[in-house]
Amino acid sequence: MALLEVKNLNKSFGKTAVLKNVSLSLPKGKCLAVIGSSGSGKTTLLRCLNFLETPDEGSVYVGGELLYDAAKQKTYSENDIRSMRMHFGLVFQSFNLFRQYTALQNVTLAPLLAAKANKAPKEELDLFREKGIALLRRVGLENKLENYPHQLSGGQQQRVAIARALALEPAILCFDEPTSALDPELTGEVLKVISSLREQDTTMIIVTHEIRFARDIADYVIFMDDGVIVEEGPPEQVIDAPTNARTVRFLERYAEM
Amino acid sequence: MVQTVISALYGGFLVSIKLFGLTLLGALPLGLVISFGSMSRVKPIALLTRGLVWIVRGSPLMLQLLVIFYGPGLLFGWNIWGGSDSGRMLAALTAFILNYACYFSEIYRGGIEGIPQGQREAGQVLGMTRSQIFFRVTLLQLVKRILPPISNEVITLVKDTSLARVILVYELMWEGQRFIKSAGIIWPLFFTGVFYLVFTGLLSLLFRRLEKRLDYFTV
Repeated sequence: MALLEVKNLNKSFGKTAVLKNVSLSLPKGKCLAVIGSSGSGKTTLLRCLNFLETPDEGSVYVGGELLYDAAKQKTYSENDIRSMRMHFGLVFQSFNLFRQYTALQNVTLAPLLAAKANKAPKEELDLFREKGIALLRRVGLENKLENYPHQLSGGQQQRVAIARALALEPAILCFDEPTSALDPELTGEVLKVISSLREQDTTMIIVTHEIRFARDIADYVIFMDDGVIVEEGPPEQVIDAPTNARTVRFLERYAEM
Repeated sequence: MVQTVISALYGGFLVSIKLFGLTLLGALPLGLVISFGSMSRVKPIALLTRGLVWIVRGSPLMLQLLVIFYGPGLLFGWNIWGGSDSGRMLAALTAFILNYACYFSEIYRGGIEGIPQGQREAGQVLGMTRSQIFFRVTLLQLVKRILPPISNEVITLVKDTSLARVILVYELMWEGQRFIKSAGIIWPLFFTGVFYLVFTGLLSLLFRRLEKRLDYFTV
């Protein structure tokens, strides 16, 4: 059974339809890569899944249960949306680390606030620090705990951002072009961290321009164009042997670069 | 003579300080309210507040002092300020607070709009509440952004307090100037300059220290 099921998602900004009847499903522990040119709707899809945008139509199921139904969107409170978000994590293209906090504080802030809101005992709060350190070790930054974002390279910032997203243990971790804002020599370290997550069977959706990386890491690939899913399937099919003319054209252009 | 002058200047200085302090106390929070008004999604509220800010920032503070002090009585026969020193001080405070709140509101608005949307969105996807995002993420970045322009306004306010003399609030410069007529001496007026310089100097130092404290991160 699929962990995530998205049915007939539609989203428009004004008169421009950005997502048109997008449906997808993703089993637990699998990795989905979404490719396509700029403006194809990939980022909007991720933002809808994290409820930074409200889908106009469609529904989202997590673990077989209805999480979000656009028909009921008026009945959802801010708190409802907030708890829906907790199923997803999002790593941004531009990292968006909190600038006044150290790497470790960036990782522990949200879990600490959540625990405090639930009146967790003091001893439990101390554990978050340990957990945060462990997460930063996992992304290879155990020696940068007390550094502020501006003291880190782009690649390091993105790795902190990944640790921060992991801290809340989301069921599905989303990456929005995680290496697009990085210098070429820094993309490797971030891709390596993402690959290591893949080995630990983290359920992931990755929007990316790194076609080769998508082929290596993903179980499924979706090619989007103009708000619709044009082609989908395992990478050997979509990337190595595309059948749709639009996919072929996109991949040809990529090969030229 | 020196004794008389010094004690007169000291009295005026206290009036100026009072005007300065109470204006900040009122204008800093009121400015936040006005900035929320000008950013409101309710169109009439936004337009109304922006109109107010335009009028207040676009006309001389001295004119506003005169209108607020004399207007109610001469136009409607309302004697709201009374004839006492404290009544005139209240009228001056009203004009100063309104005027500075409008300037502060624009600084706040620029500061709030300047914080990248991504900072808020990062908080959202981490499940933080609106108030957690404001107090734990946005606020300190906002303070850091607005500190330099706020310090400019605060230092201007020190000098602007001298305008209150047009409605007979006996502040520092009025006290200094009156010795020109009564004794034919000008040095008390220079002396007021020293007061202003020392006071603004101390404020600059204070603001520089505050800015230094927030140096550990960049926005």
